[in-house]
Amino acid sequence: MIQFINMLLIGIGAGSIYALMAIAMVLVWRSTRVINFAQAGMALLSTYIGFELVQKTGNFWIALPLAMILGALFSALVEILLIRTLIKHSTSGPVAGIVPIIATLGLLGVIRATIGFIWGNQDIQIQPPLSKVGFKVGEETIALSPMNLLVLLTVVGMVIILGFIFQKTNLGLSLRASAYSPEIAQLAGIRVGAIRTIGWAIAGAAGAAAGLLQTVNGTGAISPDSLEFSLLLTFGFIAAVIGGLESLPGAVLGAVVLGLVLAVVQIYISGTLVFIVAFALLLLVLLVRPQGFIGSKAGRRA
Amino acid sequence: MLKKHPLFTFIIFGVILFLLSNRVDELRVFQGATVAIYVIAIASIILLTGYSGQVSLGHGALLAIGGYAAALSRNEWGAPVWLTFCIAVLAAALGGYLLGLAAARLSGPYLAGTTLALAIGLPSIANQFTILGGEQGLLFDIGTPPSFLGEEFTQYKWFFWIASLAALIAIYWLRNVMNSRYGRSWKAVRGNDVAAELAGINVGRNKVLAFTVSAGLAGLAGALLAMTISTVSPGAFPLALSFSLATGAVLSGVTTLGGVMIGAVTLVAIPEIVDTVVHRFESSESVANNLPGLLVSTLLILTVLFVPNGPVEQMRARHEKRAKR
Amino acid sequence: MSLVIKDLTVDHGAIRAISEVSFTVENGKLSAVIGANGAGKSTLLRTLSGLNKATEGSAHWGDHNLLHGKPESHVRSGVSHVSEGKSVVAELTVEENLDLGALWRRNKKEALESKKQALELFPRLGERLSQRADTLSGGERQMLAIGRALMSKPNLLLLDEPSLGLAPLVVEQIFQTIRGIVDSMGVTVVLVEQNAMGALKIADTAVVLNLGRVATSGSAADLIADPAVRAAYLGY
Repeated sequence: MIQFINMLLIGIGAGSIYALMAIAMVLVWRSTRVINFAQAGMALLSTYIGFELVQKTGNFWIALPLAMILGALFSALVEILLIRTLIKHSTSGPVAGIVPIIATLGLLGVIRATIGFIWGNQDIQIQPPLSKVGFKVGEETIALSPMNLLVLLTVVGMVIILGFIFQKTNLGLSLRASAYSPEIAQLAGIRVGAIRTIGWAIAGAAGAAAGLLQTVNGTGAISPDSLEFSLLLTFGFIAAVIGGLESLPGAVLGAVVLGLVLAVVQIYISGTLVFIVAFALLLLVLLVRPQGFIGSKAGRRA
Repeated sequence: MLKKHPLFTFIIFGVILFLLSNRVDELRVFQGATVAIYVIAIASIILLTGYSGQVSLGHGALLAIGGYAAALSRNEWGAPVWLTFCIAVLAAALGGYLLGLAAARLSGPYLAGTTLALAIGLPSIANQFTILGGEQGLLFDIGTPPSFLGEEFTQYKWFFWIASLAALIAIYWLRNVMNSRYGRSWKAVRGNDVAAELAGINVGRNKVLAFTVSAGLAGLAGALLAMTISTVSPGAFPLALSFSLATGAVLSGVTTLGGVMIGAVTLVAIPEIVDTVVHRFESSESVANNLPGLLVSTLLILTVLFVPNGPVEQMRARHEKRAKR
Repeated sequence: MSLVIKDLTVDHGAIRAISEVSFTVENGKLSAVIGANGAGKSTLLRTLSGLNKATEGSAHWGDHNLLHGKPESHVRSGVSHVSEGKSVVAELTVEENLDLGALWRRNKKEALESKKQALELFPRLGERLSQRADTLSGGERQMLAIGRALMSKPNLLLLDEPSLGLAPLVVEQIFQTIRGIVDSMGVTVVLVEQNAMGALKIADTAVVLNLGRVATSGSAADLIADPAVRAAYLGY
């Protein structure tokens, strides 16, 4: 029983952070039809900035929103400087499809090298702001610490705020219309270019939150070639694809499903199998239900 | 001359290379072997991306299959060296075939993400099987050069000879494949799936075939890579290797095999150049660690922005334009 | 205010889509642009709304240069374009589609007024406000697209084949509504149509495009009477 509860807690906890990453990838995909393979790199940069801010302010909960704002600005800058140029120079032919992929990979390389220049290549530790010892229920310690709980609540809060922005505000309506049908949005008077940049900015903020929360929730260590962030990218991507890549609720659902499946594997089978299972799940979804749990059929297959 | 007597040109080129290897020091010989390996690996990506329109960010995984297959066949069955390379090619091609079955149904970004996931997860997959030796990996020893080559003939020169010969044969063979019926139908597929299908080309089967052949070449490169470092381990095929190969392919230009040397030489030269710079200016360790990555990545971004088809194709297009005028 | 187009030429790569097209539409009039498939009708509208770039020539709506700037800025100058094929966002609800057209407007009171007006014009939309647009019938979608354009309070409305794929009865209804928009709101309309007869019947003036050039133009009544036009486009 306690094992089952732990499985749920671990799964939802991990899933909530994948959800932020998946949301970031979905937002970028919807606004510019680019899978941003530098998303984790950008999150890593924001996490380093968050680390500096924690040092300066001494308070994680001040550093987090500041890092998110800076992450948003950086992401907007990337859209304006790199992605716009890319779209302007876009060619047809076999390379057209791979150009954005390669460009974001290049960006990832630049970000990693820059981090290495500034902060060095050794691990840096961020102190968790809260205890990471699990709560006690009767005699048993469960897999939920005050830190875990607060991370979970923060993510839930962010998802609710995002959901509100998307469903209830004019900005959200512009973002959705521009994503589904840029031409009609343009004809309706929406400045689609600016909306794209905003989409990237929100993605940058979500990625920054994912990076920082993942770090304080996990080992607390970051380095320029952090494997943890590569995995964050992969799991975020898998969650986004499971959810259909077009839909924000889908991304959240995909992330929670992925988190739970991996928790089942980790607790009942073996921790070393986690990645293989995630990869198999990705292939399974892509081949059996390529439009994801939530999503339309178009544009998925080659 | 290349157009008229390709085989002759390749042989001449090979002879020049072998003569050259006698004149330079050990480090250069080793770098030459690395260039040859990169040539094969990059050609395999060019084949996949440029000729069949598919993307792979996880070619390192296919190289790993080749490396492990070669090492296993040597260690377990004591296979002769030439056979280990053949087994590496076949094993990787099989892996590529399976991956290709899935890949043929995925469009660009999905395929990129899936192959990327494979490359990231590779170490954890390799660690699953005790026969693969876990983190330490396996030894892969091809033995000393045959005695008739003389006392002076070093191990690195032997590596260089094998790698160069393999690269020459692979590129020559690939060049012929490209000009064959298959090559032409691959080109048709990358341009426009619908048009190719209407012309009676089985698009799906072609993509799988392209993936299989590409993987086979990658497997060969993987076995050669394992040979030069005498081991195979998850750490020998990091994510960075997959990225480097994709970078090399883009720098070479994915639409033609002609520029394949550009990417391979750049990948080997950049760390060398950085090393020189660092020594000259006595820069810090962090420069030495990060400058290569920064240079390669910046080069990559500039290339996709301004010469997305690669330098060779760019020059050819410019030449044609001028000729028209 | 009038729409003045002079020697407008548009290329799609190496192909010349329209060539030296000139015509004028007076304020508050309905002008039909008719012609066969591929005559360049849609390209003409897409150029006027800023979606396509012109190669040469000029096009002005009053003082406003239509060949300059993006579609979103034309909308702010009172030019609305309903593109071909029921230009609604399928994934959004009816109400969201309508609201979309007025998002840029600062004066929210006026925007609300426009919405009331649009819903009076198309009461059917009022019954389906919370439905997704892709659950609507073809006619309803066309109404929604026009309604969305009206939300931007246009004084020049560019309509691309509103009758496409609709049942004859619905077409009749849509055409009457369009005439009504011209008469009661004073909006100037350029109506691109394959359904030449229907369009000519409600139009004040008309332009016939053939292979990207103006074949003939004049008052709609004259064109209906013109034997050449009858033979080529009206089918009798």
